[in-house]
Amino acid sequence: MGGVSVAPVEIERPESSEAPYAVAEPDVPWVTLVHNDPVNLMSYVTYVFQAYFGYPKDKAHRLMLDVHEKGRATVSSGSREEMERDVQAMHGYGLWATLSQDR
Amino acid sequence: MAGHFEPLAGGGAAVALDEVEISILRSLAVQLLELVGPGDGHGPDDADPLARLFAEGPSEPPTDPALARLFPDAYGEPGAHQDPQERAHAAEFRRYTENDLRARKREDALGVVRSLDSLTVGGDRGAVLRLSPEDCRQWLGALNDLRLAIGTRLEIGDEGDSDALFRLPDEDPRKPMVMAYLWLGGLQETLVEALMP
Repeated sequence: MGGVSVAPVEIERPESSEAPYAVAEPDVPWVTLVHNDPVNLMSYVTYVFQAYFGYPKDKAHRLMLDVHEKGRATVSSGSREEMERDVQAMHGYGLWATLSQDR
Repeated sequence: MAGHFEPLAGGGAAVALDEVEISILRSLAVQLLELVGPGDGHGPDDADPLARLFAEGPSEPPTDPALARLFPDAYGEPGAHQDPQERAHAAEFRRYTENDLRARKREDALGVVRSLDSLTVGGDRGAVLRLSPEDCRQWLGALNDLRLAIGTRLEIGDEGDSDALFRLPDEDPRKPMVMAYLWLGGLQETLVEALMP
């Protein structure tokens, strides 16, 4: 293993723009994907998107429909650390979520 | 079994349950607690809070399909073959998160058991369960985990297969589990509605 993908668990937060860690990772965002499954209720999935992400009802509903109809939806994007937090939260709610680098 | 939640004026939700429903829900929540368990990180040092804090979780997904659904891999397309890098990332993620996730799911199921145990069944052999907003969050989590576990056991797949399951003859051994699954779905659906009017 090596290269850019092995991120530390605790990412150093640079104090200023000249911090040496600022260039440690390429600036390609990661995304959290929620996958369709036959058990989760549509209303519950919408509820989770509103409760956790704070999305307005319309956006939460649209994302839920994407999960249901297209099989998955991108529900958030950001650093790998942030996406791991979102995926862990989604698993806490019982949604099937993964993260990947948005290429 | 009827059983549906109604919103409460100050937030939260309430549901009327009879003695049988209380006993079934409690038994299901206890089974969920047993299923989730402490996980593979459980060891003799568990009494030591410091050791527990630093204990690593497992790196492999659970072999039980219901547990595997409750604790899915965080990297890789579901159902597809993972490349070695995805597998390594998923293992690392699991080591640092699965213990916390198991603890949360246990807390949710315990919350259900505690609120059911606080009920006093009246002369009409029923009681009204009143949940605070925080109780509601735990109930939603536990109801969903139960449905995921039962759904996996029943091998509920695409919407098409489920229709056949829901029309089983009374003598089919899966019938009670299907009834429980549908009943839990109704409880969860009305609880979501009560929280998002």
